[in-house]
Amino acid sequence: MFKKNAIGKTITTIIMTLISVVYISPIFIVLMNSFKLKTSISASPFVLPGAESYVGLENYMRGITFGDYPFYKSVMYSIFITVFSTLAILLFTSMTAWYITRVDNKICRGIYYFCVFSMIVPFQMVMYTLSKTADTLNLSNPVGIIVVYLGFGAGLAVFMFCGFVKSIPLEIEEAANIDGCGPIRTFFGIVLPIMKPTLISVCILETMWIWNDYLLPYLVLDIKNYRTIPIHIQYLNGSYGQSDIGAIMALIVLSIIPIVVFYFTCQKHIIKGIMAGAVKG
Amino acid sequence: MNKRQLKFYFPIFVLPTFAAFCIGFIYPFLHGVYLSFCKFKTTSDATWVGIQNYIDAFQDPSFLHAFAFTAVFTVVSVVLINVLAFTVAHVLTGGIKGANAFRTVFFMPNLIGGVILGYIWQLIFNGILQNWSTNIKLNSTFGFWGLIILLCWQQIGYMMIIYISGLNSIPESLYEAAKVDGATKWQTLRKVTLPMMMPSITICTFLSLTNSFKLFDQNLALTAGEPGLQVGGETIYQTEMLALNIYNTFYQNANTRGVGQAKAVVFFLLVAVIGLAQLYFTRKREVQQ
Repeated sequence: MFKKNAIGKTITTIIMTLISVVYISPIFIVLMNSFKLKTSISASPFVLPGAESYVGLENYMRGITFGDYPFYKSVMYSIFITVFSTLAILLFTSMTAWYITRVDNKICRGIYYFCVFSMIVPFQMVMYTLSKTADTLNLSNPVGIIVVYLGFGAGLAVFMFCGFVKSIPLEIEEAANIDGCGPIRTFFGIVLPIMKPTLISVCILETMWIWNDYLLPYLVLDIKNYRTIPIHIQYLNGSYGQSDIGAIMALIVLSIIPIVVFYFTCQKHIIKGIMAGAVKG
Repeated sequence: MNKRQLKFYFPIFVLPTFAAFCIGFIYPFLHGVYLSFCKFKTTSDATWVGIQNYIDAFQDPSFLHAFAFTAVFTVVSVVLINVLAFTVAHVLTGGIKGANAFRTVFFMPNLIGGVILGYIWQLIFNGILQNWSTNIKLNSTFGFWGLIILLCWQQIGYMMIIYISGLNSIPESLYEAAKVDGATKWQTLRKVTLPMMMPSITICTFLSLTNSFKLFDQNLALTAGEPGLQVGGETIYQTEMLALNIYNTFYQNANTRGVGQAKAVVFFLLVAVIGLAQLYFTRKREVQQ
């Protein structure tokens, strides 16, 4: 019985290994093709680069200068927008969530229900009016879009923070109050440190969303001057007639690298973040 | 905290979020609902036309086609994603070696954005299909299954994580009791594991359902709705899903923006109704723990 079980497990492990290799292969196929000659990518995408088709880093050099918009700028804007939007969401929505949970009057409950409601509204519902509003208010730049992200991303964040604040015992805050802490010191000195696990979860979810988001920045930003990585890739493929597939492969690899690094450095937090975010359903 | 004291801090604690929320959600939402009853090219030239936009939307064959396509797509992808993710989670929690490494691999594609995923798979599909001198944009069947494979690849890892945490939280004593009662493996799965997993199943079906129904980036990047088919003087894009159809109604022809906004309202109602109905039906089957 025991032996049979052990053999079964080995077979399962082998099967899973094979599936994993197949599962991860698309990423390697792109990596491999990014070192190949343009014409041999489209002719034989599944062949390893040979003596004739290997071009070294040529695709990368062409990729980062390709088109009328330099790639490094897209990377910079992507990083800037993702980092500062996420920070803004974390700071402001955690404050809001604490306030509306503690004060809990009609206005607060109204805001809370609006936030929950906003989570089920698809972006297409507001895309046109949102981009026009952002235009009117001069928010079509990397700084302004932070406001848009704070507004559109507030729903999920407020909801998750509220759920957590409810579980914090009131006594801790009351003790701080008796010791003479005002609301601001109570929040930043006591409540915020307690919220750390939820802060990490929200941070992960919002970062993943904003980094990969295509349509919102595409419609809100002034595309001539500001692009993010997804917009850049979409542009390369769409608007230059015969698109340069070698350059695209190289840029795809370059845009996956930050994600992979991020994943391997905070894998534990990412997985916890997903599980915490899932409970919202 | 002293409630009365805290109340005065509304401008500091709530106002920034609330102002941004009004700009980023409440105003655009309400304005969007209003504009769905108007004819407009820009937001300043809107004239009230009543429910004409809704009538036009429902008489638009491309919208109806996109709806049918999205519905079939959603059903197939939700079933596949959840069955596969559950199976993988079940295998990985069965105590095999290297479960963590497998988990890492399966989750990885989830972090890559929709547009980039679309181009990765376009390369792969076209690389295979060119042996039969065709490509993903020429045949709607390939387009459909291409999108399904792409979405499964992206989402299985995410759902797997949720299923794994659900499986790990089932108390060992239940399995021992089932064993004592002489239950077979299949019986244990059906009578113990599945009922205990209903909360995870609720969440995963909800997430995969709304994700599939709202799919946009992947659709745009992989097929962009191609191939187009001429039907009665109008081009119907065969693999165009609802979100992409709405987007095209808005931005390919400025004259149909009102119709686009009406479609968006219908789309929102569909997402809300389907999502809430699904939550209601699966919640009912959850057992008290």
